[in-house]
Amino acid sequence: MPGKLKAKIVAGRHLPVMDRASDLTDAFVEVKFGNTTFKTDVYPKSLNPQWNSEWFKFEVDDEDLQDEPLQITVLDHDTYSANDAIGKVYIDIDPLLCSEAATVISGWLPIYDTIHGIRGEINVLVKVDLFNDLNRFRQSSCGVKFFCTTSIPRCYRAVMVHGFVEELVVNEDPEYQWIDRIRTPRASNEARQRLIFLMSGELQRKIGLKVLEMGGNAVVGYLQCFDLEGESGLVVRAIGTACTLEKISTFPATATHPNNSSPSKDMKDSPQAAPSTLGCRSTHSSPVHSASSRLSQGFSVSVPTLLFAGMGSGGSAGKEAGPLKALLRQQTQSALEQREYPFFTLTAFPPGFLLHVGGVVSARSVKLLDRIHNPDEPETRDAWWEEIRQEIKSHAKALGCHAVVGYSESTSICEEVCILSASGTAAVLSSRFMQDGPLDTEHRLSRQPLCVFSTGSERVEGDMGSSASLGFEEVVSPGCGFCHIPYDELNIPFPAQLTYCYCCRRYKVPDVLFTTIDLPTEANVTGKGCLIQARLCRTKKKAQGEGNATAISSLLPFLEYELHTQLMNKLKLRGMNALFGLRIQISVGETMLLGLASATGVYLTALPSPGGIQIAGKTPSDITYEQHISTMQKKINDTIDKNKELYEINPPEVVEEIIGSPIPEPRQRSRLFRSHSESSDEVSELDLSHGKKDAFVLEIDDTDAVEDIHALLTDSPTPAGFYSCNTEIMPGIQNWTSAIQMFTSVRVFRLNANLTNQGLNKIFSDLCENLLKSLYFKLRSMVPCCLCHLNFTVAIPEDELIQVAVTAVAMSFDKEQPLENGKQSGEKTLIKAITENDEQLQFNLELNAETSSHNPLSSPKGLSEVGSHLSARASSLEKASPLPEGRSRSLRSNRSYSGSSVAVVKMTPLSFIPGAKIIKYLGIINMFFIRETSSLREEGGVSGFLHTFIAEVFAMVRAHVAALGGNAVVSYSMKECVFMENPNKNQAQCLINVSGDAVIFVRESELESTSVQTQSATTHTSNGGEGT
Amino acid sequence: MSVELDVFVGNTTIMDKEVYQLWLNGYTVNDAVKVRIEGGVMEECEASAEVLLSDTMDQYRTFQMCERLLHHPAKLANQLLFQIPPDRQAMLIERYYAFDDSFVREVLGKKLSKGTKKDLDDVSTKTGITLKSCRRQFDNFKRVFKVVEELKGPLVENIRQHFLLPDQLARDYAAIVFFANNRFETGKKKLQYLTFQDFAFCAGQLINNWTLGAVDNMMEDMDVDLDKEFLQDLKDLKILITDKDLLDQHKSRVNNETSHPLSLVCNALRGKTNVFNEMEANFKNLSRGLVNIAAKLINAKDVRDFFIDLVEKFIEPCRSDKWTSIDMNLYLTHYTNSAHILDTFKHHAVWTRYMGVIKSCILRMYHD
Repeated sequence: MPGKLKAKIVAGRHLPVMDRASDLTDAFVEVKFGNTTFKTDVYPKSLNPQWNSEWFKFEVDDEDLQDEPLQITVLDHDTYSANDAIGKVYIDIDPLLCSEAATVISGWLPIYDTIHGIRGEINVLVKVDLFNDLNRFRQSSCGVKFFCTTSIPRCYRAVMVHGFVEELVVNEDPEYQWIDRIRTPRASNEARQRLIFLMSGELQRKIGLKVLEMGGNAVVGYLQCFDLEGESGLVVRAIGTACTLEKISTFPATATHPNNSSPSKDMKDSPQAAPSTLGCRSTHSSPVHSASSRLSQGFSVSVPTLLFAGMGSGGSAGKEAGPLKALLRQQTQSALEQREYPFFTLTAFPPGFLLHVGGVVSARSVKLLDRIHNPDEPETRDAWWEEIRQEIKSHAKALGCHAVVGYSESTSICEEVCILSASGTAAVLSSRFMQDGPLDTEHRLSRQPLCVFSTGSERVEGDMGSSASLGFEEVVSPGCGFCHIPYDELNIPFPAQLTYCYCCRRYKVPDVLFTTIDLPTEANVTGKGCLIQARLCRTKKKAQGEGNATAISSLLPFLEYELHTQLMNKLKLRGMNALFGLRIQISVGETMLLGLASATGVYLTALPSPGGIQIAGKTPSDITYEQHISTMQKKINDTIDKNKELYEINPPEVVEEIIGSPIPEPRQRSRLFRSHSESSDEVSELDLSHGKKDAFVLEIDDTDAVEDIHALLTDSPTPAGFYSCNTEIMPGIQNWTSAIQMFTSVRVFRLNANLTNQGLNKIFSDLCENLLKSLYFKLRSMVPCCLCHLNFTVAIPEDELIQVAVTAVAMSFDKEQPLENGKQSGEKTLIKAITENDEQLQFNLELNAETSSHNPLSSPKGLSEVGSHLSARASSLEKASPLPEGRSRSLRSNRSYSGSSVAVVKMTPLSFIPGAKIIKYLGIINMFFIRETSSLREEGGVSGFLHTFIAEVFAMVRAHVAALGGNAVVSYSMKECVFMENPNKNQAQCLINVSGDAVIFVRESELESTSVQTQSATTHTSNGGEGT
Repeated sequence: MSVELDVFVGNTTIMDKEVYQLWLNGYTVNDAVKVRIEGGVMEECEASAEVLLSDTMDQYRTFQMCERLLHHPAKLANQLLFQIPPDRQAMLIERYYAFDDSFVREVLGKKLSKGTKKDLDDVSTKTGITLKSCRRQFDNFKRVFKVVEELKGPLVENIRQHFLLPDQLARDYAAIVFFANNRFETGKKKLQYLTFQDFAFCAGQLINNWTLGAVDNMMEDMDVDLDKEFLQDLKDLKILITDKDLLDQHKSRVNNETSHPLSLVCNALRGKTNVFNEMEANFKNLSRGLVNIAAKLINAKDVRDFFIDLVEKFIEPCRSDKWTSIDMNLYLTHYTNSAHILDTFKHHAVWTRYMGVIKSCILRMYHD
């Protein structure tokens, strides 16, 4: 009985009228956890009941605490007939299980019904008392922190990055069970919601166990996905990066300050504080599991049920995975191998971690779905992913890289066909954060915290001591180092043109660089970046089973090839030479395949200036034809010039010196490492090197080229004052204001039958373009502004329908601030300023803590309570604030406007909030909702229905964050939006899955006021620090 | 090929003021798009008609979803569905409850019933305001009426608190409720020259002086119903016209006052001998008119005719005699004051309470 869950039902408001006669409701509440249910009294005849219940206590295993949600059902009491359900609230109590996250859930939560949507709100209080469990073989992993953020969270430092963790669980989809024929849609939806909640909980727990096993205490870049496989079941899978994180504000001073003085709300934080003074003690205190028993589970692929072994996207799979036994042998060692070639879901890294970037690696495979026979043994799905990961691994190896960063996995399912995709960026990482054996951690940890962020002399010492073998990396400037090729230039896996780095002139760089990661903060960039999209639609014949899968897998390489050609063209058209955050989504439908590649183009100063695009005609004799070509050429040249001006790309002129590329002639088309050997052949085949030396040649009478040129020229420029990118940071813009607007937009487009590929392409491209235009128009009041993290998701919900969903954040910035002296340097100083600020804060804190013992400053009350944590600091800030608010959530109420009783919760897909500092992560938000209607017209048609639903989802996310005590969600994403309609029956159904990190932030302006008083002292301390 | 579904949802709900106004005005989506195109928003933002249509539809949908909340403005502040900054909330409410003067003139004083609602299409044709907008405005009146009907305390304050309206708008609504409750006739041809603001002003006067609320402020309906006791007492004023002596005395006092040589204004008035003479001649008629109105107010039917009576019995005669408002002010001041010095006249309090309102109402209503 290692945990006690306590819940109290306080009140309800805005309840719906359940009794038509009295226009009132007799509401009561059922609180259910696991198999235990409690009920409140009936509060008669009120739409705003005050239950004020006792504390309902559940004594449960922590394993259950992790798996199960707390389920609150509000009902209307009926004396004569069955009680009517008003709605439900599922509360994920995971954030309460981690000592550093939230301590209590308290607030108004929307009561949700899958048929009626939000029906009023309920005020609840939930707490958890956890008892320490010393059982070494426990199945729970309480205390492992989860972050959706794909970088090291802002108030933590990475002590160690352990590597890839993955897990998947499968189950039957309740919607497809026999019982579904006889139960109501509501019951079926609720069964599904509950199941997915349970599965996510279980998944998270299992991943947590793996993390503990690796010696970590957190998962960063946690990406959880659902595969709704229909008849064959429901798969919930997750990947992430196991890390050992340490709160930044841990300083020895804390030891002298016992936590008894801290307010009660910090009780859960405080015990953590003391051990963390010794670096990462938690690594050692975590139970060491018998590795063999656990490891065997994930990898025991004994039955090769791959129906299409050869069909996996490509030749290389054949080479490596072909003899399946070899694969299995490899897998048995994969624990080791994963360290050797680790995957990282991170897209941004601590400085000095990312050494070199090779290029994008991706792998796809087409599978036929088969009923999952035994949910407890999800071997087939595991094997599928293993196969793909192996392929990725080998691609990375071929690029001379030992790691894959910015790694992600996705699926697209249509009927029984499933495309599995994985992609990432091959990279060489510093071993600084990765140690193989957990044994020497103590030794390293004692130094490690100093290495991470500080730039002092100690760092070099530390590095030399631990990783002398990597000595060469120390001399490389951080601004260009990552561009230097990791592979052997005499043995390049694909045709490429190498030059000496334009920054340091010492190492070789490729002419173009494609990556899936964010632009490293220290990178030297010229000008601004912009969103670049390649869109493609390909028809395919309707087919069944194997034939269908074969058709799809033979189409895939062409699709990918064309997407890359498009990306390359568009990149050149903008005068840029690198892509970041590349995400290629391929979606399969019955009669077509959709491909959408999005990335942020930038001009990396280290890379050579891209050549123009030259158009070549096949029959140069014809005069009209030549004229046509020359006008086209002129248009393109004009566009390039215009774009260069728009994105402020004016790199310093340098003398071209192309060093002997081992392959003399061919142009390099794309940096993407193709999984298909055939397609690589095609590249060189098609690459007829007409024209100028470094121009990219397009042949006009080639139908593809016409299409490409068309696509190039129809991409309308962003309106004045707007910028866009799909990455975390927009190069060239730093002075963000605090105005942010997160939004989701969904469009579904109905196609006519019998469209040609070209016609389809045009429509699809226009659809995306028009959607962007609409966004610009909607957000025009925020100009100058940048749409960041533009994340497009395409789907083919049914024949002849294309669905595009976008989630992004619009952020305003100040134009006024001068940007002279090279943008990149400005950016760097900003980054530096941030890190410095961090350090200052730490020092301040330390100083405060030390001085307070003998020299109480102006606000002794606040200072005496300064613990080790920033949260404690926050509480002192609260105390210092003039507002009379004394409650733990006063930060939130500070933020809420007077007159409004609802706290404002910001949402953003980014990992930060401009102009603010995140002081606490409260836990992961991972919510799944189903909404269904059988009165579609009455609810405003499909648009009205979905509009309401998305607004409701936002509202529920905000409410849950607020109840955790937070005032923002960062790294928010809508991972699933499955919309189905049947207008003839007046019905529609939609499933949405969202996730993010709940946080507390404070405005930097509010922080400044408190740090000023110790400013002078800080400089002293830092000077002293250098001396020692 | 068609867009089947098109939605945009922001974490902070985006609402365009201009589109909101078009929606409130009852424009269809297509008409609203036309208006927006004419407004030049397209050139400004490099948008196409398609984009504009999508945006307009989306905004319309948002407003429709919000409308339910706007019916209970207090809910807007603590609902969770839309995150709307407080200043935006205030804007939404204020504009939703705003009304057209030309519309309100049509329904002012009418019973806020289903029957009246049915006639709204006539109102719509007459005023050129879309039926949709008419319905919203009518429903707003009715909703406010229903809510404050059952509340204790001052009317304006109740409206302001329950509907979170700015002060001026709350006062206007108080006037509408007051008129609807007392069913004042405002539609007669002779009253057509009066604006809503004229009536609202008068309503304010009546509410502040003639209702129960003017004496006791914790009664139900205190501000909507006239003080019955006071109306009863008004009958006593009849003595001013029934008693021949009193009438003559009153007349001469008014005449003396106005012809007092020390008063500069009076001199000015006397200069206009024409007006002065007419006044003297009409005194009995005018006084009889005013006092008769007072005496009849006890009957609900005559209350309804209050404004028409004022116009017929007092304003029109004066207007035909070409009085200026200054003349009017002067005359009414003396007329009120001189009654107090009449020997046998005892009902000073009632007279003051009555004439104070009458005077300010007439002055407000005395224009072209």
